[in-house]
Amino acid sequence: MTPTQDLEVQQKRELEKKAEATIPARIFVPHTDIFETENALTVVMEMPGVNQEHADITVEDNVLSVAGRIDFSKYEKMQPVYTEYIVGHYRRSFNLSPNNFDEHKISAEMRDGVLTLTLPKAERAKLRRIPLT
Amino acid sequence: MALGFADPVDALFRFQRALDQRLDSDWLEDTTSGVGAFPPINVFRQGNDFLAIIEMPGVNKDDLTLEVRGNAIRISGKKAIDYGGSASVHRRERVAGSFDRTITLPVQLDPDRVTAEYRDGVLAFSLARAESDKPKAIKIN
Repeated sequence: MTPTQDLEVQQKRELEKKAEATIPARIFVPHTDIFETENALTVVMEMPGVNQEHADITVEDNVLSVAGRIDFSKYEKMQPVYTEYIVGHYRRSFNLSPNNFDEHKISAEMRDGVLTLTLPKAERAKLRRIPLT
Repeated sequence: MALGFADPVDALFRFQRALDQRLDSDWLEDTTSGVGAFPPINVFRQGNDFLAIIEMPGVNKDDLTLEVRGNAIRISGKKAIDYGGSASVHRRERVAGSFDRTITLPVQLDPDRVTAEYRDGVLAFSLARAESDKPKAIKIN
């Protein structure tokens, strides 16, 4: 996509927790794009401030979960004078179609605060064209 | 209030509350700067100087231009998203486009000492204050 329009600020969405957390800190939901090609499903998540070591990706019972931790120790002893956004960890999960993906072949790449997950489709889940008669 | 993180358990919570309290504070009030343009900015005091931290995930360093003039900083560039032609979309929440924001600060800057670092989609803009603008201690005779 070529950038044509002016960018606007997207407000961060806070995670709605299913169970109450033991720590009162606020957690945010990363803005996510998901798209599909013939061979794979790709999940792209924006987690500014999270580096490769602090992104945790799991697939369990067909649920893809991503957690991103920010390093806020560098903010230590800094005094905010003007703020427009809140800093916090990220978390989001998606239900995957059962048995559609090869869990062991999922790959992840982190670049400029954007996590790209590639989930290769299992052989049985690949496209079957339906002929029109 | 200076922040210290003695207790790590609720340190993040206290930090978030400190950020919350300064949301759209009147620090920029007497300047021409507006609130809410992209990219969003947080400003911290570091001794006599300031540090601006700006979130812009997905922006490539090469597409980013920074300028400093007097008491203003300008951040411009573009954020591109390209998934190739054959992709079929399930969910689209990220936005792409160009941006150009000028922030006029209530302090004069020293352009030669201003530095910036971009990492993990976060720009840290170290805003060194001009020598003439720094507070001076006055000796009482």
